[in-house]
Amino acid sequence: MFDSEKIGGYKKMISMKNVYKKYPNGIVAANGINVEIEQGEFVYVVGPSGAGKSTFIKMMYREERPTSGDILINEINLATLKAKRVPLLRRQIGVVFQDFKLLPRLNVYENVAFALEVIEESPKIIRKRVMDVLDLVGLKHKARMFPNELSGGEQQRVSIARSIVNTPSVIIADEPTGNLDPETSWDIMHLFQEVNRRGTTIIMATHNKEIVNTIKHRVIAIEGGLIVRDEHGGDYGYES
Amino acid sequence: MKARTVGRHFRESMKSLGRNSWMSFASASAVTVTLLLVGVFVMIMMNLNKVAEDLEKDVEIKVLVELTADDAMISQLEQDIKQVKGIESVVYSTKEAELEDLIKDFGANMGLSNQNNPLRAAFYVKASNPQETETVAKRIDHLTNTYSVEYGEGKIEKLFSFLNLARNIGLGLILALLFTAMFLISNTIRITIVARRREIEIMKLVGATNWFIRIPFVLEGMWIGILGAILPITLVTLLYSNLYQVVQPYLKGELFNLLPLTPFLYQINALILVMGIFIGVWGSFMSVRKFLRV
Repeated sequence: MFDSEKIGGYKKMISMKNVYKKYPNGIVAANGINVEIEQGEFVYVVGPSGAGKSTFIKMMYREERPTSGDILINEINLATLKAKRVPLLRRQIGVVFQDFKLLPRLNVYENVAFALEVIEESPKIIRKRVMDVLDLVGLKHKARMFPNELSGGEQQRVSIARSIVNTPSVIIADEPTGNLDPETSWDIMHLFQEVNRRGTTIIMATHNKEIVNTIKHRVIAIEGGLIVRDEHGGDYGYES
Repeated sequence: MKARTVGRHFRESMKSLGRNSWMSFASASAVTVTLLLVGVFVMIMMNLNKVAEDLEKDVEIKVLVELTADDAMISQLEQDIKQVKGIESVVYSTKEAELEDLIKDFGANMGLSNQNNPLRAAFYVKASNPQETETVAKRIDHLTNTYSVEYGEGKIEKLFSFLNLARNIGLGLILALLFTAMFLISNTIRITIVARRREIEIMKLVGATNWFIRIPFVLEGMWIGILGAILPITLVTLLYSNLYQVVQPYLKGELFNLLPLTPFLYQINALILVMGIFIGVWGSFMSVRKFLRV
């Protein structure tokens, strides 16, 4: 019903309408969330643990389904999306996690290539694109190494390379710097900045006050399953 | 699915086999042990069955003809016997031929040759299903001009019931063994897949479809089945060809025989290979199924 609305000339990337999520154990993690995110935006999602931040993020890549309400990503309604079509959605979004989620038995090159293999891309294009993104994240020389031979920061770079290799329009990152030391975190943030500068929408849940307050972007604060604050260029706003 | 994706799945399954070499080895060993047991058992069972069939084939009904019957009556009787239900073959033997057989068996010095031939002409009848010999014999007994009908009464029933028992027990054991094998192997494969549960989860997050994830695992199961079948095939072939060479000379002129090397070895080896593949594929299919419901 509102799938091709446009605001200010930008296409809407993500919109949530009256999203409500209740888990079987009775916990209400989303209590009527309404939000719109435009293409090319960089959005921090902040809030205390257990406030519904994770659920908010998970619903965007259809790890969780809303109990009611609509979630549109790229004009796909996740609330009604059939399980069989979920892989197709996931190919349009890149996901980055705190624990990197790399395939331990595949080397760096293969881990990144995997995202292209699932869409049955031709080997020639796969080789080129994988080497390009590895170059971008600065790990071209470690392409043959396995995840356990890399530092945390390097693993996160691989994971970012994998998330951008099939040029998704949005990247969803769930505390990507949560396991990294401060210095490495800054490196990773600069990488996200660069990816965002190239036009990719980024939605990032984070607990890192310093980062949010220094690299200013839109901040969405979630508490008790509700968006309590949504400001462009806002602060982290919590004592961490 | 594109052809290169199929190729990718094949490469991926082999790569994974090599990178999980210990788990692959464990699964293949489980397959080997069971296939070896099943193989040896099937070998014994099929030969037992062959012996049973040979013995059964040898069971025949001897119909003695009344002395008073003339040629016309005898050929009438032959027609009658041929019309009895469940007959496979009827062979007529004149009383002179019967006498010759007797002399051949017991020697010429029985003094029978100088006398009037006291024997009766006979029909040798085989039932199409040896197990129905008794019924067929009873049907023939009702015909006119038969003097008596002999079929090893009492003895063959015992033989048949023994053979049937042996067959059923053997079949039951093979089934039980196969069932155990599948359970064992699907468990082993499940362990390898549980270890890779996280991998499956990650693959799904990157947008892999269920089949894209499943096929390499299933192919890996197939390789494990094939690898596990190598040793049993070799051992069964060696064992049986040696056994055959040793035992066969003693069975010359006996009523029963072992199964000849060809096609038996081809059959049993094909069976072992197919079972190995089936167990491997089925095991990984069932195990991976659980983790795909994310």
